[in-house]
Amino acid sequence: MKKTVHIGVTGLNNIDSPGPGIAVIRALRESQHYDVRIIGLSYESMEPGIYMPGMADKVYQIPYPTAGTEALLQRIEYIHQEEKLDLIIPNFDAELYNFIKISDRLEQLGIATFLPTLEQLEARDKINLFQFGVKHGLDVPRDRTIHQVFEIPNVAAEFSYPIVVKGKYYEAFVCYNYEQSEKAFHKLYAKWGLPIIIQEFVKGTEVNVAALGDGQGTAISIIPMRKMYITDKGKAWAGITIEDESLNDLAKKFVAVTEWKGGFELEVMKSPDGKLYIMEVNPRFPAWIYLSAGAGQNQPEALMQMALGSTVAPMTKYKVGKLFLRYAWDLIIDVEQFQQIAAYGEL
Amino acid sequence: MRLAKNIAVSESGFLFNPSSGDSFSCNQVAADVINLLKEGKTSDQIKNAITLKYEVDTSDFERDLQDFWMQMKDNNLLNGEVIV
Repeated sequence: MKKTVHIGVTGLNNIDSPGPGIAVIRALRESQHYDVRIIGLSYESMEPGIYMPGMADKVYQIPYPTAGTEALLQRIEYIHQEEKLDLIIPNFDAELYNFIKISDRLEQLGIATFLPTLEQLEARDKINLFQFGVKHGLDVPRDRTIHQVFEIPNVAAEFSYPIVVKGKYYEAFVCYNYEQSEKAFHKLYAKWGLPIIIQEFVKGTEVNVAALGDGQGTAISIIPMRKMYITDKGKAWAGITIEDESLNDLAKKFVAVTEWKGGFELEVMKSPDGKLYIMEVNPRFPAWIYLSAGAGQNQPEALMQMALGSTVAPMTKYKVGKLFLRYAWDLIIDVEQFQQIAAYGEL
Repeated sequence: MRLAKNIAVSESGFLFNPSSGDSFSCNQVAADVINLLKEGKTSDQIKNAITLKYEVDTSDFERDLQDFWMQMKDNNLLNGEVIV
Protein backbone atom coordinates (compact mmCIF):
# COMPACT_ATOMS: atom_id res chain seq x y z
CA MET A 1 0.00 0.00 0.00
CA LYS A 2 1.44 3.36 -1.00
CA LYS A 3 1.80 6.25 1.42
CA THR A 4 -0.30 9.32 0.66
CA VAL A 5 1.71 12.52 0.34
CA HIS A 6 0.03 15.91 0.71
CA ILE A 7 1.57 18.34 -1.76
CA GLY A 8 0.97 22.05 -2.22
CA VAL A 9 1.33 23.07 -5.87
CA THR A 10 1.24 26.57 -7.37
CA GLY A 11 0.89 27.59 -11.01
CA LEU A 12 -2.74 26.64 -11.63
CA ASN A 13 -3.18 29.31 -14.31
CA ASN A 14 -3.77 26.86 -17.16
CA ILE A 15 -4.35 29.61 -19.74
CA ASP A 16 -2.81 30.36 -23.13
CA SER A 17 0.46 31.15 -21.39
CA PRO A 18 0.14 28.43 -18.76
CA GLY A 19 1.86 27.98 -15.45
CA PRO A 20 3.44 24.58 -14.80
CA GLY A 21 1.13 23.60 -11.96
CA ILE A 22 -1.30 21.36 -13.83
CA ALA A 23 1.51 19.59 -15.67
CA VAL A 24 3.27 19.01 -12.34
CA ILE A 25 0.06 17.68 -10.80
CA ARG A 26 -0.56 15.30 -13.69
CA ALA A 27 2.96 13.93 -13.35
CA LEU A 28 2.64 13.55 -9.57
CA ARG A 29 -0.65 11.68 -9.95
CA GLU A 30 1.16 9.10 -12.08
CA SER A 31 3.65 8.38 -9.32
CA GLN A 32 4.57 4.73 -8.94
CA HIS A 33 5.82 5.30 -5.40
CA TYR A 34 3.23 7.43 -3.64
CA ASP A 35 -0.43 8.33 -3.71
CA VAL A 36 -0.89 12.08 -3.64
CA ARG A 37 -3.39 14.54 -2.23
CA ILE A 38 -2.94 17.78 -4.13
CA ILE A 39 -3.51 21.08 -2.39
CA GLY A 40 -3.71 23.74 -5.07
CA LEU A 41 -2.28 27.13 -4.14
CA SER A 42 -3.75 29.89 -6.29
CA TYR A 43 -3.41 33.66 -6.61
CA GLU A 44 -6.49 34.48 -8.69
CA SER A 45 -10.02 33.10 -8.65
CA MET A 46 -10.04 32.56 -12.40
CA GLU A 47 -7.11 30.16 -12.56
CA PRO A 48 -8.59 27.24 -14.49
CA GLY A 49 -6.62 24.67 -12.53
CA ILE A 50 -8.73 25.48 -9.47
CA TYR A 51 -11.77 23.99 -11.16
CA MET A 52 -10.31 21.23 -13.33
CA PRO A 53 -11.68 17.84 -12.29
CA GLY A 54 -9.12 15.38 -11.04
CA MET A 55 -6.40 17.94 -10.43
CA ALA A 56 -6.45 19.69 -7.03
CA ASP A 57 -8.27 17.98 -4.18
CA LYS A 58 -8.58 21.30 -2.37
CA VAL A 59 -7.51 24.82 -3.29
CA TYR A 60 -6.43 27.74 -1.14
CA GLN A 61 -5.59 31.25 -2.24
CA ILE A 62 -2.23 32.51 -1.12
CA PRO A 63 -0.99 36.11 -1.01
CA TYR A 64 0.87 37.63 -3.93
CA PRO A 65 4.67 37.54 -3.64
CA THR A 66 4.70 41.31 -3.12
CA ALA A 67 2.91 40.80 0.21
CA GLY A 68 6.14 39.36 1.56
CA THR A 69 7.36 36.28 3.38
CA GLU A 70 5.48 36.75 6.65
CA ALA A 71 2.10 36.96 4.92
CA LEU A 72 2.97 33.86 2.91
CA LEU A 73 4.15 31.95 5.97
CA GLN A 74 1.04 32.81 7.96
CA ARG A 75 -1.18 31.58 5.17
CA ILE A 76 0.85 28.38 4.71
CA GLU A 77 0.68 27.75 8.45
CA TYR A 78 -3.11 27.96 8.29
CA ILE A 79 -3.25 25.67 5.25
CA HIS A 80 -0.87 23.25 6.95
CA GLN A 81 -3.14 23.07 10.01
CA GLU A 82 -6.00 22.06 7.74
CA GLU A 83 -4.14 19.85 5.28
CA LYS A 84 -0.98 18.53 6.94
CA LEU A 85 1.26 19.36 4.00
CA ASP A 86 4.28 17.13 3.40
CA LEU A 87 5.75 19.09 0.50
CA ILE A 88 5.29 22.32 -1.44
CA ILE A 89 6.33 22.66 -5.10
CA PRO A 90 6.33 26.32 -6.19
CA ASN A 91 6.22 26.82 -9.96
CA PHE A 92 6.45 30.59 -10.53
CA ASP A 93 9.69 32.51 -10.86
CA ALA A 94 8.22 35.47 -9.00
CA GLU A 95 7.35 33.44 -5.87
CA LEU A 96 10.54 31.41 -5.57
CA TYR A 97 12.43 34.03 -3.59
CA ASN A 98 9.79 34.00 -0.85
CA PHE A 99 9.50 30.22 -0.70
CA ILE A 100 13.27 29.84 -0.52
CA LYS A 101 13.40 32.42 2.26
CA ILE A 102 10.84 30.54 4.36
CA SER A 103 12.01 27.03 3.47
CA ASP A 104 13.79 26.54 6.80
CA ARG A 105 10.69 27.55 8.70
CA LEU A 106 8.58 25.28 6.51
CA GLU A 107 10.93 22.44 7.31
CA GLN A 108 10.43 23.10 11.01
CA LEU A 109 6.73 22.73 10.41
CA GLY A 110 7.34 19.42 8.67
CA ILE A 111 6.83 20.74 5.14
CA ALA A 112 9.56 19.77 2.71
CA THR A 113 10.70 21.78 -0.28
CA PHE A 114 13.32 20.99 -2.89
CA LEU A 115 14.57 24.35 -3.99
CA PRO A 116 17.79 26.03 -5.08
CA THR A 117 19.56 28.42 -2.73
CA LEU A 118 19.13 32.16 -3.09
CA GLU A 119 22.68 32.31 -4.44
CA GLN A 120 21.88 29.74 -7.13
CA LEU A 121 18.68 31.59 -7.95
CA GLU A 122 20.47 34.88 -8.32
CA ALA A 123 23.38 33.50 -10.31
CA ARG A 124 21.16 32.48 -13.24
CA ASP A 125 18.94 35.55 -13.06
CA LYS A 126 18.58 37.23 -16.46
CA ILE A 127 20.52 40.24 -15.19
CA ASN A 128 23.51 38.07 -14.24
CA LEU A 129 23.29 35.39 -16.91
CA PHE A 130 26.01 36.64 -19.21
CA GLN A 131 28.54 36.88 -16.37
CA PHE A 132 27.42 33.46 -15.21
CA GLY A 133 28.17 32.09 -18.67
CA VAL A 134 31.61 33.70 -18.79
CA LYS A 135 32.47 32.34 -15.33
CA HIS A 136 31.50 28.76 -16.16
CA GLY A 137 32.45 28.54 -19.82
CA LEU A 138 28.88 28.50 -21.09
CA ASP A 139 27.88 30.40 -24.21
CA VAL A 140 25.34 33.10 -23.39
CA PRO A 141 24.38 35.95 -25.74
CA ARG A 142 25.56 39.38 -24.67
CA ASP A 143 23.05 41.53 -22.88
CA ARG A 144 22.61 44.92 -21.25
CA THR A 145 20.34 45.92 -18.41
CA ILE A 146 18.52 49.20 -18.89
CA HIS A 147 16.22 51.32 -16.78
CA GLN A 148 15.19 54.00 -19.23
CA VAL A 149 13.94 53.83 -22.77
CA PHE A 150 16.51 56.30 -24.10
CA GLU A 151 19.21 53.72 -23.37
CA ILE A 152 17.93 51.52 -26.19
CA PRO A 153 19.72 53.20 -29.14
CA ASN A 154 23.19 52.76 -27.62
CA VAL A 155 22.59 49.08 -26.96
CA ALA A 156 21.09 48.58 -30.41
CA ALA A 157 24.15 50.25 -31.95
CA GLU A 158 26.37 47.80 -30.07
CA PHE A 159 24.35 44.65 -30.87
CA SER A 160 22.70 45.64 -34.17
CA TYR A 161 19.05 44.94 -34.85
CA PRO A 162 17.24 42.72 -34.31
CA ILE A 163 17.54 42.77 -30.54
CA VAL A 164 15.58 40.88 -27.91
CA VAL A 165 13.81 43.04 -25.31
CA LYS A 166 13.07 40.99 -22.20
CA GLY A 167 11.10 41.49 -19.02
CA LYS A 168 12.51 40.95 -15.57
CA TYR A 169 10.62 37.70 -15.03
CA TYR A 170 8.78 36.76 -18.18
CA GLU A 171 8.25 37.64 -21.82
CA ALA A 172 10.59 38.64 -24.58
CA PHE A 173 10.12 40.48 -27.86
CA VAL A 174 12.34 40.30 -30.92
CA CYS A 175 12.53 43.90 -32.14
CA TYR A 176 13.75 44.98 -35.56
CA ASN A 177 13.85 48.74 -34.99
CA TYR A 178 13.70 51.40 -32.32
CA GLU A 179 9.93 51.84 -32.47
CA GLN A 180 9.31 48.16 -31.78
CA SER A 181 11.92 48.20 -29.01
CA GLU A 182 10.36 51.24 -27.37
CA LYS A 183 6.92 49.66 -27.47
CA ALA A 184 8.28 46.44 -25.97
CA PHE A 185 10.10 48.38 -23.24
CA HIS A 186 6.94 50.15 -22.09
CA LYS A 187 4.85 47.01 -22.28
CA LEU A 188 7.28 45.01 -20.16
CA TYR A 189 7.87 47.87 -17.73
CA ALA A 190 4.14 48.22 -17.13
CA LYS A 191 3.71 44.52 -16.53
CA TRP A 192 6.87 43.43 -14.73
CA GLY A 193 8.68 46.58 -13.71
CA LEU A 194 12.37 47.35 -14.08
CA PRO A 195 14.96 46.58 -15.14
CA ILE A 196 14.51 45.62 -18.77
CA ILE A 197 17.11 43.37 -20.38
CA ILE A 198 18.27 43.83 -23.96
CA GLN A 199 19.81 40.64 -25.30
CA GLU A 200 21.75 40.08 -28.47
CA PHE A 201 19.71 38.17 -31.05
CA VAL A 202 21.08 34.75 -31.95
CA LYS A 203 19.83 33.07 -35.08
CA GLY A 204 19.18 29.36 -34.87
CA THR A 205 16.84 26.62 -33.74
CA GLU A 206 15.30 26.96 -30.33
CA VAL A 207 15.45 23.90 -28.13
CA ASN A 208 14.43 23.58 -24.50
CA VAL A 209 15.71 21.25 -21.83
CA ALA A 210 13.79 20.29 -18.70
CA ALA A 211 16.09 18.91 -16.04
CA LEU A 212 16.31 18.07 -12.37
CA GLY A 213 19.34 18.59 -10.16
CA ASP A 214 19.91 16.80 -6.88
CA GLY A 215 21.61 19.69 -5.14
CA GLN A 216 24.96 17.93 -5.19
CA GLY A 217 26.04 18.42 -8.77
CA THR A 218 24.27 15.48 -10.40
CA ALA A 219 21.55 15.75 -13.01
CA ILE A 220 18.87 13.19 -12.18
CA SER A 221 16.89 13.71 -15.36
CA ILE A 222 17.42 15.58 -18.62
CA ILE A 223 14.72 15.82 -21.29
CA PRO A 224 15.42 17.96 -24.38
CA MET A 225 12.48 19.16 -26.42
CA ARG A 226 12.09 21.00 -29.69
CA LYS A 227 9.02 23.22 -30.12
CA MET A 228 6.89 22.23 -33.07
CA TYR A 229 4.27 24.93 -32.76
CA ILE A 230 4.73 28.30 -31.15
CA THR A 231 1.87 30.65 -30.21
CA ASP A 232 1.88 34.37 -30.88
CA LYS A 233 3.02 34.73 -27.27
CA GLY A 234 6.05 32.61 -28.01
CA LYS A 235 4.82 29.68 -25.95
CA ALA A 236 5.22 26.08 -27.06
CA TRP A 237 1.86 24.65 -28.04
CA ALA A 238 3.40 21.43 -29.30
CA GLY A 239 6.83 19.91 -28.92
CA ILE A 240 8.76 16.71 -29.39
CA THR A 241 11.50 15.03 -27.38
CA ILE A 242 14.80 14.87 -29.22
CA GLU A 243 18.12 13.14 -28.75
CA ASP A 244 21.13 15.39 -28.63
CA GLU A 245 24.25 14.56 -26.64
CA SER A 246 25.45 18.15 -26.73
CA LEU A 247 22.25 19.29 -24.96
CA ASN A 248 22.64 16.53 -22.38
CA ASP A 249 26.22 17.61 -21.77
CA LEU A 250 25.16 21.24 -21.43
CA ALA A 251 22.51 20.41 -18.84
CA LYS A 252 24.93 18.19 -16.92
CA LYS A 253 27.51 20.95 -16.92
CA PHE A 254 24.97 23.47 -15.66
CA VAL A 255 23.98 21.19 -12.78
CA ALA A 256 27.60 20.38 -11.99
CA VAL A 257 28.78 24.00 -11.84
CA THR A 258 25.74 25.30 -9.92
CA GLU A 259 24.94 22.19 -7.83
CA TRP A 260 21.37 23.09 -8.74
CA LYS A 261 18.68 21.71 -6.46
CA GLY A 262 15.27 21.19 -8.03
CA GLY A 263 13.71 21.47 -11.44
CA PHE A 264 14.81 23.95 -14.08
CA GLU A 265 14.54 24.66 -17.77
CA LEU A 266 17.27 25.73 -20.16
CA GLU A 267 16.10 27.79 -23.12
CA VAL A 268 18.80 27.16 -25.71
CA MET A 269 19.45 28.45 -29.20
CA LYS A 270 21.36 26.07 -31.44
CA SER A 271 23.13 28.13 -34.07
CA PRO A 272 23.56 26.79 -37.62
CA ASP A 273 27.14 25.82 -36.75
CA GLY A 274 25.92 23.73 -33.83
CA LYS A 275 26.92 26.09 -31.02
CA LEU A 276 24.57 26.10 -28.03
CA TYR A 277 23.66 29.44 -26.48
CA ILE A 278 21.80 29.54 -23.18
CA MET A 279 19.16 32.21 -23.64
CA GLU A 280 17.53 31.81 -20.24
CA VAL A 281 17.52 29.55 -17.24
CA ASN A 282 14.06 29.16 -15.73
CA PRO A 283 14.47 28.13 -12.08
CA ARG A 284 11.52 25.75 -11.94
CA PHE A 285 9.73 23.14 -14.04
CA PRO A 286 8.43 24.35 -17.40
CA ALA A 287 4.75 24.20 -18.33
CA TRP A 288 5.48 21.24 -20.62
CA ILE A 289 6.99 19.13 -17.83
CA TYR A 290 4.30 16.47 -18.11
CA LEU A 291 6.13 15.43 -21.28
CA SER A 292 8.93 14.18 -19.01
CA ALA A 293 6.49 11.67 -17.53
CA GLY A 294 5.22 10.83 -21.00
CA ALA A 295 8.75 10.17 -22.19
CA GLY A 296 9.61 7.91 -19.26
CA GLN A 297 11.40 10.23 -16.80
CA ASN A 298 8.81 11.63 -14.41
CA GLN A 299 10.69 14.64 -13.05
CA PRO A 300 8.02 15.89 -10.60
CA GLU A 301 7.81 12.41 -9.10
CA ALA A 302 11.59 12.24 -8.77
CA LEU A 303 11.63 15.66 -7.11
CA MET A 304 8.96 14.46 -4.67
CA GLN A 305 11.02 11.38 -3.83
CA MET A 306 14.18 13.38 -3.20
CA ALA A 307 12.30 16.02 -1.19
CA LEU A 308 10.96 13.28 1.05
CA GLY A 309 14.43 11.88 1.66
CA SER A 310 14.84 9.16 -0.95
CA THR A 311 17.83 8.80 -3.22
CA VAL A 312 17.01 8.75 -6.91
CA ALA A 313 19.53 7.39 -9.38
CA PRO A 314 20.10 9.42 -12.54
CA MET A 315 17.65 8.41 -15.25
CA THR A 316 19.27 7.81 -18.61
CA LYS A 317 16.61 6.36 -20.90
CA TYR A 318 13.66 8.20 -22.33
CA LYS A 319 11.44 7.93 -25.39
CA VAL A 320 12.66 10.09 -28.27
CA GLY A 321 9.95 11.29 -30.60
CA LYS A 322 7.30 11.71 -27.90
CA LEU A 323 5.09 14.71 -28.65
CA PHE A 324 3.05 16.92 -26.43
CA LEU A 325 0.16 18.77 -28.06
CA ARG A 326 -1.69 21.34 -25.98
CA TYR A 327 -5.39 22.06 -26.45
CA ALA A 328 -8.09 24.43 -25.25
CA TRP A 329 -11.06 23.05 -23.34
CA ASP A 330 -14.08 24.86 -21.93
CA LEU A 331 -14.78 24.06 -18.28
CA ILE A 332 -18.38 24.51 -17.15
CA ILE A 333 -18.53 25.55 -13.52
CA ASP A 334 -21.18 26.97 -11.23
CA VAL A 335 -20.96 30.53 -10.03
CA GLU A 336 -21.21 29.17 -6.49
CA GLN A 337 -17.80 27.56 -6.90
CA PHE A 338 -16.36 30.79 -8.19
CA GLN A 339 -17.92 32.71 -5.30
CA GLN A 340 -16.52 30.22 -2.81
CA ILE A 341 -12.90 30.76 -3.86
CA ALA A 342 -13.34 34.47 -4.54
CA ALA A 343 -15.00 35.25 -1.20
CA TYR A 344 -13.40 32.71 1.14
CA GLY A 345 -10.15 31.86 -0.57
CA GLU A 346 -10.81 28.12 -0.41
CA LEU A 347 -12.50 25.56 -2.59
CA MET B 1 27.26 8.49 -48.52
CA ARG B 2 24.90 7.15 -45.88
CA LEU B 3 21.80 7.99 -43.93
CA ALA B 4 22.52 10.21 -40.92
CA LYS B 5 22.77 8.51 -37.57
CA ASN B 6 19.55 7.36 -35.89
CA ILE B 7 17.21 8.52 -38.65
CA ALA B 8 14.00 6.55 -38.17
CA VAL B 9 12.22 5.42 -41.33
CA SER B 10 8.82 3.80 -41.38
CA GLU B 11 7.57 1.51 -44.11
CA SER B 12 5.19 4.23 -45.22
CA GLY B 13 8.08 6.60 -45.82
CA PHE B 14 7.79 8.74 -42.70
CA LEU B 15 11.22 10.01 -41.69
CA PHE B 16 12.08 11.26 -38.25
CA ASN B 17 15.37 12.88 -37.24
CA PRO B 18 15.61 12.39 -33.46
CA SER B 19 18.41 14.92 -33.01
CA SER B 20 16.50 17.81 -34.54
CA GLY B 21 12.90 16.68 -34.08
CA ASP B 22 12.28 17.25 -37.79
CA SER B 23 9.97 14.86 -39.62
CA PHE B 24 9.33 14.32 -43.31
CA SER B 25 7.05 12.23 -45.42
CA CYS B 26 8.10 10.59 -48.66
CA ASN B 27 6.27 8.97 -51.50
CA GLN B 28 6.73 5.27 -52.18
CA VAL B 29 9.63 5.66 -54.56
CA ALA B 30 11.53 7.86 -52.11
CA ALA B 31 10.76 5.39 -49.33
CA ASP B 32 12.22 2.59 -51.46
CA VAL B 33 15.34 4.67 -52.14
CA ILE B 34 15.84 5.39 -48.47
CA ASN B 35 15.36 1.76 -47.50
CA LEU B 36 17.94 0.71 -50.08
CA LEU B 37 20.34 3.32 -48.71
CA LYS B 38 19.74 1.96 -45.22
CA GLU B 39 20.72 -1.48 -46.49
CA GLY B 40 24.04 0.01 -47.52
CA LYS B 41 23.42 0.03 -51.25
CA THR B 42 25.46 2.39 -53.40
CA SER B 43 23.92 4.99 -55.67
CA ASP B 44 24.45 2.73 -58.72
CA GLN B 45 22.81 -0.20 -56.99
CA ILE B 46 19.88 2.03 -55.99
CA LYS B 47 19.50 3.26 -59.57
CA ASN B 48 19.46 -0.31 -60.88
CA ALA B 49 16.92 -1.46 -58.31
CA ILE B 50 14.53 1.44 -58.85
CA THR B 51 14.67 1.42 -62.64
CA LEU B 52 13.98 -2.32 -62.56
CA LYS B 53 10.99 -1.91 -60.24
CA TYR B 54 9.44 1.20 -61.73
CA GLU B 55 8.74 2.31 -65.26
CA VAL B 56 11.17 5.21 -65.44
CA ASP B 57 13.82 6.39 -67.82
CA THR B 58 17.30 5.94 -66.33
CA SER B 59 18.50 9.46 -67.13
CA ASP B 60 15.29 10.97 -65.73
CA PHE B 61 15.73 8.99 -62.56
CA GLU B 62 19.39 9.96 -62.22
CA ARG B 63 18.41 13.61 -62.34
CA ASP B 64 15.62 13.11 -59.78
CA LEU B 65 17.90 11.10 -57.55
CA GLN B 66 20.53 13.82 -57.52
CA ASP B 67 17.87 16.36 -56.60
CA PHE B 68 16.60 14.04 -53.87
CA TRP B 69 20.07 13.53 -52.39
CA MET B 70 20.57 17.30 -52.25
CA GLN B 71 17.26 17.73 -50.41
CA MET B 72 18.28 15.00 -47.97
CA LYS B 73 21.65 16.66 -47.44
CA ASP B 74 20.09 20.11 -46.95
CA ASN B 75 17.83 18.65 -44.27
CA ASN B 76 20.73 16.97 -42.45
CA LEU B 77 19.53 13.48 -43.32
CA LEU B 78 22.65 12.40 -45.17
CA ASN B 79 26.27 12.11 -44.19
CA GLY B 80 29.14 11.99 -46.61
CA GLU B 81 29.60 13.27 -50.12
CA VAL B 82 26.67 13.07 -52.50
CA ILE B 83 27.57 10.76 -55.39
CA VAL B 84 25.14 10.02 -58.20
